[in-house]
Amino acid sequence: MSAARVLFDEPGPRARRRIRVATVLTVLAGLALLGLALRQFADNGQLAADRWRPYGTWPMWRYLLDGLKSTAFAAVVAIALSMAAGIVLALGRLSPSRWVRLPSAAYVEVVRTIPALLLVYVVLFALPKYGLDMPLFWKLVVPLSVSNAAAFAEIFRAGIQSVERGQLEAGLAVGLTRGRAMRMIVLPQAARRVLPSLISQSVGLVKDTSLGFVVSYAELLYSGKVLANYNHLLIQTYLVIALVYLVINATLSKVARTVEERNAGRVRGAGRGRAQRLRGERALRERVGAGA
Amino acid sequence: MDVITRHLGEFGDGLLITVELTLLSLAGALVAGVIVAAMRVSPVAALRAAGTAYVETLQNIPLLVWLVLAVFGLPEIGVMAGLFTTAVIVISLYQGAYMAEAVRSGINAVPVGQGEAARALGLTFTQSLRMVILPQALRTVVQPLGNIAIMTIMNTALAAAVGVVELTAAANRVNLAEAQPIWIFVTAGLLYMALSACAGLTTGALERKLAILR
Repeated sequence: MSAARVLFDEPGPRARRRIRVATVLTVLAGLALLGLALRQFADNGQLAADRWRPYGTWPMWRYLLDGLKSTAFAAVVAIALSMAAGIVLALGRLSPSRWVRLPSAAYVEVVRTIPALLLVYVVLFALPKYGLDMPLFWKLVVPLSVSNAAAFAEIFRAGIQSVERGQLEAGLAVGLTRGRAMRMIVLPQAARRVLPSLISQSVGLVKDTSLGFVVSYAELLYSGKVLANYNHLLIQTYLVIALVYLVINATLSKVARTVEERNAGRVRGAGRGRAQRLRGERALRERVGAGA
Repeated sequence: MDVITRHLGEFGDGLLITVELTLLSLAGALVAGVIVAAMRVSPVAALRAAGTAYVETLQNIPLLVWLVLAVFGLPEIGVMAGLFTTAVIVISLYQGAYMAEAVRSGINAVPVGQGEAARALGLTFTQSLRMVILPQALRTVVQPLGNIAIMTIMNTALAAAVGVVELTAAANRVNLAEAQPIWIFVTAGLLYMALSACAGLTTGALERKLAILR
């Protein structure tokens, strides 16, 4: 029985009838909502073909795809920076030295409770006053990296803590330094375990790049704003942009779920392997015991 | 420092709007979340599909896009609502998707025997969900709901980008007038930290009071 079906039994004839009625009602409600929306669009002349036709033309899409390219570029750079910082912070938080541990913990706890937009405003309006005026790209990427580093740090910390102590101890026992044991033994296993969380945090970061709207960095949403100012097809433009975000992020989320399922399968597989091994050892012991 | 005391009113108003946005959106999100989670575990396949579609659509499009679409787009199709109301509704629906996922994981954490016992007593799906499953599910997800509350506090800042003068926008305005960014933005940051700490403490207290140890 799948997880979605634990709260009800296999339906009998009456339940099936009720389910059919509910299905019809759901579909009707959905159609009613859709009809209402379409009527609002039509009444205000937003359904007219020439208000949508531009989005079937290549120049429009080329412009939006340029915006999407900037979104992807900003997201990739911010993901790389914040993941790197996240690993450092996670290791710092788990460090034996208090002078490393406390600042890392403070950074994570403070930054986690400050909105990204506030950081964007700091970079936009506070730093230039102190002579630090970055290009637009970095005005978007820096605050996003600063805020997401804390989130990535927590993910990596959870991953490192989930790796059995014996792994690190074995590394130390064969003569690796603590740093090398972390880098060569613990981190690769930790990263693999938290891969789904890393992907979904990255989806969050892709969504955060929409703050380019505030920074005036020409990523997807800001490109849409410029486009809508130019052609006055406001709702059409933003709907198309929402659709683009939906397709991209839904794909990434799907990848995260697939990886999660594969991971779960691998852990189950490993568990089965150990169980078999244990059974084998028990059988061996019994045989040896019988022989003695 | 006196730049803060001189603009105490602006900061107070901004803080108040942020708190109002957060509390109203959380209430709305809880309602939306419970309804959508119930849809996603219901025996009706169409309702399950609708619930999944809701969560996927809301979660995969940035909140800022939703806000821009609602604030600037809806008037174009003749739907007029106040800026604050629009922001509350959009943030509620957006956080509702996250809330639904949290509640659903809570529903999955309720032992199967509870649902079976409810059905054995002759309760219908709605009754067993309302009287047996949900009360236990909600108690197990206090901590995740607290995280969503903190996320909501952070996300209300995005309302500043479409013109709601909440804490972030208030800080920005004061800074444009006074040009003393350090004090002003640090104050705003501290206020946000205080709000999150309040949310964290409330969650902790609720958790101790409500949690079921299994």
